[in-house]
Amino acid sequence: MPLSLGFLRRLDATYLRLSLLLVVLAICLGGLIGDRLFGELGLRSMAYQMPELGLLALAQMVALLSGGFDLSIIATADLSALTMAFILTSIPPEAAGLVYAGWIGLALLCGIAVALVAGLFNGILIGYLRISPILATLGSMTLIKGIAVALSHGSVISGFPAAIVFLGNGSLVGIPMPLVIFACAAAPLGIFLGRTPLGIKIAMFGSSERALRFSGFDTGRVAIGIYMLTALLAFMAGLLMMARFDSANAAYGESYLLVTVLACVLGGIDPAGGFGKVGGLVLALVILQIISTACVVLGLSQFLTLTLWGAILIAVGGSGALREILHNLGDSLRRHPG
Amino acid sequence: MPKHFKAFARRQEFWLAILFAVLFVGLSIARPNFLSLQNGVDLISSYAYTGILVSAMLVVLVAGGIDMSFAAVATVAQYAALTVANSWDIGWLGVLLIAAAIGIILGVINGLLINILGLSAIIVTIATQSVIFGLVLTATKGQDIFSLPGWFTDGVAIPFHTTLDGYQYFINVQMIGLAVALALTWFVLNRTNVGRQIYAMGGNVEAARRIGYNVFRLNLFVYGYMGLAAGLASIVHAQYNMSVSPTALVGRELDVIAAAFLGGASATGGSGTILGVVLGIALVAVVQNGLTLLGVSSYWSQFFTGIIIVVAVASMARDVRRRWYDNPGAA
Repeated sequence: MPLSLGFLRRLDATYLRLSLLLVVLAICLGGLIGDRLFGELGLRSMAYQMPELGLLALAQMVALLSGGFDLSIIATADLSALTMAFILTSIPPEAAGLVYAGWIGLALLCGIAVALVAGLFNGILIGYLRISPILATLGSMTLIKGIAVALSHGSVISGFPAAIVFLGNGSLVGIPMPLVIFACAAAPLGIFLGRTPLGIKIAMFGSSERALRFSGFDTGRVAIGIYMLTALLAFMAGLLMMARFDSANAAYGESYLLVTVLACVLGGIDPAGGFGKVGGLVLALVILQIISTACVVLGLSQFLTLTLWGAILIAVGGSGALREILHNLGDSLRRHPG
Repeated sequence: MPKHFKAFARRQEFWLAILFAVLFVGLSIARPNFLSLQNGVDLISSYAYTGILVSAMLVVLVAGGIDMSFAAVATVAQYAALTVANSWDIGWLGVLLIAAAIGIILGVINGLLINILGLSAIIVTIATQSVIFGLVLTATKGQDIFSLPGWFTDGVAIPFHTTLDGYQYFINVQMIGLAVALALTWFVLNRTNVGRQIYAMGGNVEAARRIGYNVFRLNLFVYGYMGLAAGLASIVHAQYNMSVSPTALVGRELDVIAAAFLGGASATGGSGTILGVVLGIALVAVVQNGLTLLGVSSYWSQFFTGIIIVVAVASMARDVRRRWYDNPGAA
């Protein structure tokens, strides 16, 4: 076990730091506005809001874990939502029962297919043409969004079947559906990344792509797996966004792009690749959502949320740097006493 | 001469130049008014803001970094400088000084944080972008400034060409800004000691450090330079649009970064030239302008830009592949 010990300690540090932050936040805000923030209404609104960013952040996490980046997730989410929206709004009015369900199924399948093609495209660019991920996904983002804008003329498509709207606004035994969908994505993803061959290969790809290739694995195929997985999660985010707003558009969720990276790094995902767990990201998302809802409850400007999110990332990064400086200082003091 | 040509033919700039020439000649034949002086003036004026930022982004990318916060920095500089200009008669010099100072200060803060935090530049600048942009929107409540001082909206107009029927063409603020930014960046990168150190740092930080270059100070310079460019570009942008909006700039950062990559700047640092950057922007500008002149719906312009980026990036693949083997996994 000596090999994995350093890895465990690293994870513990992340969990510890985030849990501490969460407890401090809960105590401070709980004392101030606890009844409203952690009352039923506050918790419900958090549960409806968090999964949107959450699913996109999960997608970004897979890319970061592999040492890459995916700037195209939101474009993919929007294009696949627009595809579904187009099919859902062209269901003939006489369709009922099984036929109706069939149309919805068809829409979902087409949405998944569009997302997977986008993911495959990224995977080929990155895995086989060996373009660096940030460059490749910057190009594919522009291309995918270009397709979405060109086909939809930038318009909003709305008016979906009740079943779709339910996914974004309904609840299952009291638990809001968005949270259910998020849990259905996060839990399997956590198991997949930690316990399956491809999942472990994704982290290995992030640690050292060369080592993975020299171990006899087809890294091109792993890259395709990585970016198809991010695209699949982007599809789920797209589905959730269109269900929540009961509409689809080529520009929904664009402001989330850089925030997904922020959430992942706060959640202890190493942007250089190889390390990070879904649990850390979920904790980070909860912290970000509490700050956001607290700003609303306190009547602060909604824009201040963004400032606080950025400041927290800098503070967490700074605390690591500070500890290192103190550690070095302690070392040199021990070596040269007095 | 042939030897030099062979070396040039292997570079990204060569293919960009050919692609640009083909488009240029094709468009000139298909649409004669593409070649008109007026179209050229319009194109340069509307791409000046992007061009100034791309030239500074080149410096950052050559240094092996990246900056996601420049649009937020530009927003602060623009809003502050013109709010002051609306109350006091500070003139062009005052506006430019305020914008430049704000840009440099925020840029240097970026540089400091990147040096100290030990996080990658992209993460730090995403965080500072969030902080700055959130504060700007809170402070301004998201409100635009529509009325600007007359001397500012009048701008600069130096006649440089008069047609036979007496129509005059003017050199404007946008052209001056773009020319200064390109010339200054070329000078800094190619003719100064600091510029060569930046290439060295981007190529290999550890080697640069061991040679004795002060990486800490170089980073401050690089991000300060990006901030300075953001400040100046923001004034050029405000003069072109004749208004200031706190939401107009943020969210379009990736266009600038894409143009820099298109021009052959490397995502891993250490390479990239001003010529490539100029060709990169020119290509995007001419394609979008050409589509409009050809009567293609503007909804398709982003699609074609995307195709160009993907094709250009894929054509660089061979070069990138070599780098990837040297430095696997680098984004």
